Amino acid sequence: MKLKNQVKAAFRSLSKNKMRTFLTMLGIIIGVASVIAMLAIGQGSKESIQAQISSLGTNLLTIFPSASMTGGVRMEAGSSVKMNLDDYKAIATRCPAVMYSTPTVRTSGQLIAAGQNWRTSVWGVYPDYFEIRNLAIQTGAVFTAAEDRAAAKICVVGQTVSKNLFGEGTDPVGKLIRINKIPFSICGLLTAKGQNAFGQDQDDIVIAPFTTVQERMMTITYINSIMVSATSESMIPEATDEITQVLKERHHLGPSEDPDFTIRSQADISSAATATSGILTILLASIASISLLVGGIGIMNIMLVSVTERTREIGIRMGVGARGRDVLLQFLIEALMISLIGGILGVGFGILTSQIIASIMKWPVTITLQSILLSFLFSTAIGIFFGWYPARKAASLNPIDALRYE
Amino acid sequence: MEQEEEGNMTDAIISTQHLVKTYKMGDMEVHALRGIDIDIRKSDFVAIMGKSGSGKSTFMNIIGCLDVPTRGEYLLDGLDVGKMNRDELAHLRNRKIGFVFQSFNLLSRTSALENVELPLMYNNKISSHDMREKAMNALESVGLSGRSHHLPNQLSGGEQQRVAIARALVNDPVVILADEPTGNLDTRTSVEVMDIFQKLNKKGITVVIVTHEPDIAAYTNRNVSFRDGRILKDLQVEHPRIAGEELLLIPAISEEDTI
Ligand SMILES: Nc1ncnc2c1ncn2[C@@H]1O[C@H](COP(=O)(O)OP(=O)(O)OP(=O)(O)O)[C@@H](O)[C@H]1O
Ligand SMILES: [Mg+2]
Repeated sequence: MKLKNQVKAAFRSLSKNKMRTFLTMLGIIIGVASVIAMLAIGQGSKESIQAQISSLGTNLLTIFPSASMTGGVRMEAGSSVKMNLDDYKAIATRCPAVMYSTPTVRTSGQLIAAGQNWRTSVWGVYPDYFEIRNLAIQTGAVFTAAEDRAAAKICVVGQTVSKNLFGEGTDPVGKLIRINKIPFSICGLLTAKGQNAFGQDQDDIVIAPFTTVQERMMTITYINSIMVSATSESMIPEATDEITQVLKERHHLGPSEDPDFTIRSQADISSAATATSGILTILLASIASISLLVGGIGIMNIMLVSVTERTREIGIRMGVGARGRDVLLQFLIEALMISLIGGILGVGFGILTSQIIASIMKWPVTITLQSILLSFLFSTAIGIFFGWYPARKAASLNPIDALRYE
Repeated sequence: MEQEEEGNMTDAIISTQHLVKTYKMGDMEVHALRGIDIDIRKSDFVAIMGKSGSGKSTFMNIIGCLDVPTRGEYLLDGLDVGKMNRDELAHLRNRKIGFVFQSFNLLSRTSALENVELPLMYNNKISSHDMREKAMNALESVGLSGRSHHLPNQLSGGEQQRVAIARALVNDPVVILADEPTGNLDTRTSVEVMDIFQKLNKKGITVVIVTHEPDIAAYTNRNVSFRDGRILKDLQVEHPRIAGEELLLIPAISEEDTI
């Protein structure tokens, strides 16, 4: 039988039982639509995470003390080895691939101003920090290196802090606040950055001179981490090598010994976050594919019923000369048509659902051609896979048995 | 006499030798055919008769290539059917044989025309255009060209059987096999059907029918009687009745209908 006629015949027999065909198709429609929607949500969040991470500055390297091995026992991070300002100075002076650099100390601070309270983290850094992190100042100015050396009690605040202490729209520059009871004068307001990829509010921050925070607020001699930016993105490996060498030397570690610090690049963080959202996408998509699978089982079920119901028809067709493979193809095409048409409708429905989710939930969604092709191929494969057994069953019938079937 | 038989062998359309069919039902065996030797020549019009259970349908199914014998040989148009696989048998059913069933066996919810087209669908040599034309011609030759778009459930039993006959002859078979084609029909419709068979037979198509009614067998020119899976009698009919002439005498509405 010619393929054209096969398709026509399949179409006719499916349209004889419209309701049943539609319900069978519905399984595939819902399956494909949910796969498309889930992939769109996954892809959308992945892209927005990537965009945010790269906005942090791709040249950024963070160096912090790592868990050290003492007698084969892994210690808690930062527990034994600490870095100090001399480590920072060595990096700043001896690493040509490093452009900007700053030591950092971090503490939490209780802020009081004009009778308002706010708790946030306080960073102590050099002015280079603003270059490294791409932080822009909306009003006022960044503190200077001289002010840092003088341990001046001034600070830059984020928008969230300003809003909570002084209310919306008030310029905090020049105002006085107390941080852990120490009076500070606000010298600058950061431009709003919003949430980062991990949902943290990047505007909920106070940035003060390093020396002020380390000596006046925390009274410690070590530092929490060192942040540097490489001269360019391609110089990151070079910078990493230089820093490793300098720090190992300072910490009296041989070249083959494990370092007692960790250097993390923005690319590491970005790939970790991308991997996480990738896993999320796979998870969502596999849950959705289960419904597609259930849809496939629905096809198989209906096709099996249909083969039994139409045994006499099969007998008649074989009686007038249909070969086993003609009958096989007929049922396979019917199964395939259900899954293909279901697939097409499912793609449309999936795109629609994604748009609705995007506009109602305000989630970023991205529909990719791959996701459409993937779910479409998947549904076709399901049609063939689940149509095969019933079709095989029909094709192997004996003509006389099929004709005699009551 | 023997030589004449030999000579006829050459133009035998159907030739069986010791055809045996045994059905196994658990550990019981049913001997449906116990050795059938028959030659049916081109242009024969044969009626197979016999009591219920004598093996007539079994025989028809085997010579129609719908079923295979347990033992014995069967030549159809010179081809050794016993050596064929499923696909080759399907090809024979498509090109050489037209089968008409007692219960019509039309595809439901499928128009008369499309039912007649069905065998052509499985014949790749025929284009869609020729398909339509051949099917229309076949319908016309059974007098149903005006009913081509009717569905089986919109047709009378006689009309359905005529659609089935049109389907059987659409692929120009060498033989038309009909198992009790008039079994479900009234007298007048039966004669109409026999008229169609007689006309086809005149054109040179071999026709074999199964019937319980001697009246129907009288329209054929050879009557073969089966008993217990064997041929009991094989007689030529000297003066077959002519259905076409009789139809003119039977009123269109028979007595049975007016009661
Ligand atoms: N599929 C089958 N399985 C088992 N036995 C069968 C089968 N088909 C037919 N028979 C047996 O074979 C014998 C011949 O059956 P067949 O149908 O050929 O008779 P028939 O001459 O056509 O009878 P009728 O005039 O009632 O149609 C019967 O005894 C029947 O019970
Ligand atoms: Mg019978």
